[in-house]
Amino acid sequence: MSTRNAPAVSAPGLLFAVLGLAALLAPFMTLAANRIVAGEGVRAWSMAGPEATLPGLAAIAAGLVLGLPAAWPRLRLAGAALGLAGAVWLLVQGSAALLDGAGDYARVSPGAGFWCLLVILALLMADALSNLAPGPLARAGLLAAALLGLATVLGSGALADLSIFQEYASRKDAFRDAAWRHLWLAFGSLAVAAAVGFPLGILCHRRPALREALLPVLSFLQTIPSLAMFGIMIPLLGWVSDTVPGAQAIGIAGIGFAPAFLALVLYSLLPVGANTVAGLETAPPAALEAARGMGMTPRQRLFQVELPLGLPVILAGLRIVLVQNIGLAVIAALIGGGGFGTFVFQGLNQTATDLILLGALPTVALALVSAIAMDILVDLASPTPERHR
Amino acid sequence: MIEIDRITRLYDGKPAVDAVSMTVETATITAIVGTSGSGKTTLLRMINRLVEPSSGEVRINGEPTTGLEKHVLRRRIGYAIQGHGLFPHHTVARNIGAVPRLLGWPAEKIRARVDELLDLFSMPPAEFRDRFPAELSGGQQQRVGVARALASRPDLLLMDEPFGALDPIIRTRAQEDLRRIQRALGSTILIVTHDMEEAIQLGDRVAVMDAGRLVQHGTPAEIITRPATAFVAEMVGGVERPLRLLSLFPVSDLIQEGPAEGAAVPDRTSLRDALSTCLWTGRDALPVERDGQRIGRVTLDAIRSRAECHA
Ligand SMILES: Nc1ncnc2c1ncn2[C@@H]1O[C@H](COP(=O)(O)OP(=O)(O)OP(=O)(O)O)[C@@H](O)[C@H]1O
Ligand SMILES: [Mg+2]
Repeated sequence: MSTRNAPAVSAPGLLFAVLGLAALLAPFMTLAANRIVAGEGVRAWSMAGPEATLPGLAAIAAGLVLGLPAAWPRLRLAGAALGLAGAVWLLVQGSAALLDGAGDYARVSPGAGFWCLLVILALLMADALSNLAPGPLARAGLLAAALLGLATVLGSGALADLSIFQEYASRKDAFRDAAWRHLWLAFGSLAVAAAVGFPLGILCHRRPALREALLPVLSFLQTIPSLAMFGIMIPLLGWVSDTVPGAQAIGIAGIGFAPAFLALVLYSLLPVGANTVAGLETAPPAALEAARGMGMTPRQRLFQVELPLGLPVILAGLRIVLVQNIGLAVIAALIGGGGFGTFVFQGLNQTATDLILLGALPTVALALVSAIAMDILVDLASPTPERHR
Repeated sequence: MIEIDRITRLYDGKPAVDAVSMTVETATITAIVGTSGSGKTTLLRMINRLVEPSSGEVRINGEPTTGLEKHVLRRRIGYAIQGHGLFPHHTVARNIGAVPRLLGWPAEKIRARVDELLDLFSMPPAEFRDRFPAELSGGQQQRVGVARALASRPDLLLMDEPFGALDPIIRTRAQEDLRRIQRALGSTILIVTHDMEEAIQLGDRVAVMDAGRLVQHGTPAEIITRPATAFVAEMVGGVERPLRLLSLFPVSDLIQEGPAEGAAVPDRTSLRDALSTCLWTGRDALPVERDGQRIGRVTLDAIRSRAECHA
């Protein structure tokens, strides 16, 4: 089954299989007496009886083996999915068995073994996907399927025994608020930055003098460390809210949502503006000259030639901003901006790892999904679709 | 009629086009020739105001071009840019239909026109309509660029080295096609080329540019037989002048009675080709036919004296 010039076994697949089996030797879950003390690691096969752990272990092993054949990326993808299902199965079985008779305050959490496996299987999936090179629509379908799977697992309550979900259960309302805040911070600042940076980029493209003046300023804003930026916003907006009549009424204050939002917008202006300028410059000069020669007005040239050709680059700028802001919004919690960062910093204060994870994991997931979704959009915006004739 | 009236364009104080005056009659082809950097493109682009003249003016049918808004003026003038300048994100059909779309033609009419033009340039519409420029050869791209300039059937066409990337065979065919289209539609064409051969074949008039100046403007025969300057003589190509001259006239000009052996040539054959045939087949005379009927002969002596009498 080996082809002439490609080895039968994928090299990364082999690495993932070895690492994955090694990860199984590490503690798969931890059991702690309460939410503050450090837990004790438990290996996958000692968590519960073989009738509960064997199917999970077998699924993981089978998944890693399916990840080996280089010629069949679809099979490798399926292997990664099977392995993930096995890992989740082990979590469900393990948490139930470990908590059984362990006391009211006992907590179980995924251990190093689980997290390592998660990373390895995710890498296997990414490797298989990069071999498959699915088109943007297929990727959108896969993303939707993955999100649906995640929602099903989370919604079923099968993982409700894990300590992170217990943290969640006692903070449902706060979590929902934080999620909204976080989305508002990230997407709202993106929208404002686009609304400002996009026309600014077009103006810079038209007037080189403006561009010489403006881009360095935006680039300077970008270099301010995020904590410093949030810090600067406090006196600045504090002053505005004290002196400008009506500012307080619309929620502008030195701490809270407004300064966090403003800081994120400022950070976003450079990527949006610079990528707009770069995007508009991708149109070949001869095509622009032809557009002029056939009697297109400047506006028609912008909308029919420059923008469509530059759209992927412009969207790539928005992608950078979105992923960057989802991450930065965590830090915004320090100045009362809300968002998932609230849990992270609370958790740090209380040395409650699960609370930190309650803030960190959704942030990572959000950033990942946004990045994939934006990549799909960038591909869809490509002006000359790749053809497979 | 296009009147170019003492038009000058300065770049950094130096003239790229220097006080050029020239009248182009309606329904003729004028070929602008000259070496690289002689100002051909600049002259052409001042007609559709892609470049504003430093002084002088251009009148189309008596109206100064400054009387219209630039984009309105340009939509009435076909322009094939040097290098095709196709829109990389639009299909061949959309590229060709660009000006009709700007002019608001109905979609059905645009589609029909696009297919007609593709057919004209020997590119089967079904095969080429939906391709992107990157999926075409250089010569095909250039033909699409020319088709785009022709699409709205403009009365005036400006073409900047439109056939530069074509191989000799396709190039000759494209020149013939252009000639045919121009005759049929009565369009006025200014075509820039640095190839004197092309200028002589295609132009009713030839304008020779040298360092921004128009050094001679006349019929191809005038340019060949009475070059105004040493530069024009050099452009016309010393030793090839008699052959170029012969290429301008058909054998029907020299037809006479008398016997001739061998295969006949059609009466529209150029004297140059007839000369070649004589030399190649070792004959002193060729039978000439029109519509398959023998109508006489052309002799080597007659051809020779036709080339000689301008020496
Ligand atoms: N935008 C410009 N700025 C400065 N100089 C220019 C500009 N455009 C053209 N020139 C100069 O004007 C002169 C004429 O240029 P033009 O493009 O008209 O030449 P051309 O005859 O079309 O040459 P080619 O056969 O190489 O296309 C050249 O010396 C060129 O360097
Ligand atoms: Mg030129």
